[in-house]
Amino acid sequence: MSFVSKAFARAARAFTPAVRPIPSVASPLAPGVFSDPMVAGFATSMQSYTLPDLPYDYAALEPVISADIMKLHHQKHHAAYVNNLNAALEKYAAAEAKRDLQGMIQQQSAIKFNGGGHVNHSIFWTNLTPKGQASSAPSGKLAKAIETEWGSVDKFISTFNTQTGAIQGSGWGWLGLNKESGRLQIHTMANQDPLSTAGLVPLLGIDVWEHAYYLQYKNARPDYLKAIWQIVNWKNVEERLTQASP
Amino acid sequence: SFIRPSLITFSIFRICRSMSFVLPDLPYAKDALAPHISEETLNFHYGAHHRTYVTNLNNLVKDTPNQDKSLEEIIRTASPGPLFNNAAQVWNHTFYWNSLAPNAGGEPQGAIRDKIIENFGSFETFKQEFSKKATGHFASGWAWLVLNSETKKVEIVDTHDAGTVLTDPKYHPLLTCDVWEHAYYIDYRNARAKYLDAWWSLVNWKFAEHNLHAVYELKRRKS
Repeated sequence: MSFVSKAFARAARAFTPAVRPIPSVASPLAPGVFSDPMVAGFATSMQSYTLPDLPYDYAALEPVISADIMKLHHQKHHAAYVNNLNAALEKYAAAEAKRDLQGMIQQQSAIKFNGGGHVNHSIFWTNLTPKGQASSAPSGKLAKAIETEWGSVDKFISTFNTQTGAIQGSGWGWLGLNKESGRLQIHTMANQDPLSTAGLVPLLGIDVWEHAYYLQYKNARPDYLKAIWQIVNWKNVEERLTQASP
Repeated sequence: SFIRPSLITFSIFRICRSMSFVLPDLPYAKDALAPHISEETLNFHYGAHHRTYVTNLNNLVKDTPNQDKSLEEIIRTASPGPLFNNAAQVWNHTFYWNSLAPNAGGEPQGAIRDKIIENFGSFETFKQEFSKKATGHFASGWAWLVLNSETKKVEIVDTHDAGTVLTDPKYHPLLTCDVWEHAYYIDYRNARAKYLDAWWSLVNWKFAEHNLHAVYELKRRKS
């Protein structure tokens, strides 16, 4: 872009609210405020992400995950990622407007940490469902793919739990789709690094940051990992696989 | 009163070289750091987390050449992985318990105070910077006050997960603050900044001073 066209672009930004490209498939990752083109007009020119609501009450995942944990996890931890992400994006945009490359680079780790936190938790809430509503096992295409890869759902779960339990420090265990090979993979990620950075499509994530289980399970991460499969929303995992598959 | 380990002999006590590592006693009672850090936290943090690192380490060195190494040797020679993680966490946590004390906290005196003011301008500036580093460390890790033998200054560094300043020969650790969530979640939930306030009320300046003098003594002997 030439200097002149950039100047026009800047002027245009000052007078019209930004319109973000609307994703063609509704996804929990779309910034809440911008998914409706009518609403987009009322937002500021800064991209603003919002905390998604949980698809169930705070107590709905008991006894596997307590209401206390769900409340803190959603209202404090996830909310903080969203707030910090927005703050980092604002600073990034300000630096970008001034062509301050160093300023932009300085915000990149905050965007990765907090953006990753937002991406991961947005998926996580949909991956879980109250015990009474959960189907006990995957079915259809997902079940087939799991059996192809690990022989059985039980074998998949024990492999997943072994790898996820062994994560040093804070991180996530993922079931992901390798689009190139069309195969499912178990892959662990450190900190809040999104699975996409490993080249996989996230289908099911289990948070093993201590805040996800400590109040109930203390240091017994394996107990948490054993219990959580009672509330995994296999339907949601299957939907994600369908959406991601060619 | 409590045992003050010298930096040189600071390691997990072993009865003889071929025996396993032992979880050292806490330098104080489990309720001694209350209300800043609760007895419940120490029961889990010391009694479960630290103990598990020791157990894991013993299982990993058993019937291997590492069995005859000191803890520091293992930390300095192990490649990234479970052996390093468990050994480093054993060491880090022992250093952490000694970095805290009942009836401590506040501001330092003596040589450590002079060094802090010399390198940070004021104690208040140092305190803010340390808190910022500790609170701002993303995910699990540790915040350290170290003496940097290259710059000859006291500095604040952070390490990630099981990372320890022991692996960097220019850093001499003086104090540490554990910022893994298990260190503060029972007492402060997600409010890590509030936990740092508690840490400032417990910080064991005598231990820091002792560690600083140990480094000076080492240097004096070398020269």
